[in-house]
Amino acid sequence: MTNTLHRQGDAESFRDDIIVFAMCARGKNDQDALPKLRKFLEMAVPFGPINLGDARHGGAIRPCKNMNPTAHWNRDRTPHLDEVVAGLDAVTTVAAVFDNMEKAKQFVKAVREADLGMSINISSSMENAEGCCEAAGIKRHSVGYSLGFEGKTGKLPNTQVLELMTMCGHGMVAGSLAKKMIDWVKEGRRTPEEAASYMTRFCSCGVFNPSRAQRILEEARHKTR
Amino acid sequence: MRIDPNKCVACGNCTYVCPMGAIYVDPVTNRSTIDRDECVECYSCYNGLSQEHLNPTLVRTLRGVLKMFRIRFDPEPDVCPTAAFQPEDLTWPRVVRRAFSDPRVPHESTGVEGRGTEEVKTNDVSGRVKVGEVGFTIEFGRPGVGVRFRDINKMTVALAGAGVEFEKKNPITTLLKDKATGEIRDDILNEKIMSAIVEIKVAIDRCEEVIRLVWRVEKEVDTVVVLGVGVRCDANGEDAIVLPVLKKLGYDPQRAKTNIGLGRITNPDAVEAQPETLNAR
Repeated sequence: MTNTLHRQGDAESFRDDIIVFAMCARGKNDQDALPKLRKFLEMAVPFGPINLGDARHGGAIRPCKNMNPTAHWNRDRTPHLDEVVAGLDAVTTVAAVFDNMEKAKQFVKAVREADLGMSINISSSMENAEGCCEAAGIKRHSVGYSLGFEGKTGKLPNTQVLELMTMCGHGMVAGSLAKKMIDWVKEGRRTPEEAASYMTRFCSCGVFNPSRAQRILEEARHKTR
Repeated sequence: MRIDPNKCVACGNCTYVCPMGAIYVDPVTNRSTIDRDECVECYSCYNGLSQEHLNPTLVRTLRGVLKMFRIRFDPEPDVCPTAAFQPEDLTWPRVVRRAFSDPRVPHESTGVEGRGTEEVKTNDVSGRVKVGEVGFTIEFGRPGVGVRFRDINKMTVALAGAGVEFEKKNPITTLLKDKATGEIRDDILNEKIMSAIVEIKVAIDRCEEVIRLVWRVEKEVDTVVVLGVGVRCDANGEDAIVLPVLKKLGYDPQRAKTNIGLGRITNPDAVEAQPETLNAR
């Protein structure tokens, strides 16, 4: 997913952001891939990902199409990992998002042992990816570097807004929403956890990292970068 | 996308969630309105907002009463209280906006969601970028800026002029009316989309030349650009050739996606790729 590649931040800022995803190559290994992709998601759950993604249906915290008005006072912010697994119904890209390197390393190791035959990628800092590979006894096959934003960068918002909105690389988390959430946290109108959950619902493939978002929001409460 | 004026209560929640900033509350009609020229049909409003199905008249009355006392209800910011968004049947060329903006819609040309390309993510199976090659993804418009095809056209024409090879399994490549000139079909040049990736492949010794070309053209486009550079690692899992070139050009990549090489061909009718000779470099 290129949508996980171009996240704003330096390597240190990805200390709690490791995405492992599975994808098949069209015409090469996509036949009978659905059970393997589901297995990938099922295997991830015990390792405690903070989000799971199905590129067709979304992540573990989703919008509700028939919301009860009382939800304004009692909103469900629980990540429903099992629902992501159960809802997978087509061959697509699936992802597990971790905020802890040890968990990510153990998961990569388990995926290697499971031998699913799907392409598995790690999207994070290069150091984190190398750490996962080393722990699993894997040598990297290919690497895709992100070289950062260029061109009319004057059109981009400030660093913290950019860090939040680029966690949905498809651009579904609007900069204006990210800015509003920072402002609401500053004003004390919402907690970082609540603000992160609002943004998470807009990421339609489930790779948004609510844990990293909370950290950025908490930092933004005190200091604007 | 359209907003039903009979349902909209002008709560303003949707104005913040539009990635293109294309939604505003019209001061004359007092209804949320979409600037159709700026809207990229990403469906973020429709898919991302939770929906209540409240009675619009009731909500407007309550809001009006509260407003008289300068009180504003503090609702959840990601909710449309009256489910006012209504998808439209899009026709050509506008439908191309959704294809390149709504990540849940697979591209017809490649069958892949999002920006519609596998890049090096499946390189262990597809062999897309081989030893001695470098694959570039040149992406326009994200985050949150958007791009019109006429700007992408500037890059594809320049790249074609340099004689690069466009990736066949890429949605932008399928929209070129002539791969030799790199020109994108005329009828979509003014369409605005969330983002798109131009994908090319060159021999490693042309890496610097391509980056310098991108630097030149990106000054002429009215949006942001982000480069992804994909390489095949050596037998030790290292890249000792391209990364030094990038560093020489002033880049210090912090993030990467790493294909860990666990994929294999399993379709019975798929053709095996020729095995590559890998050296530790």
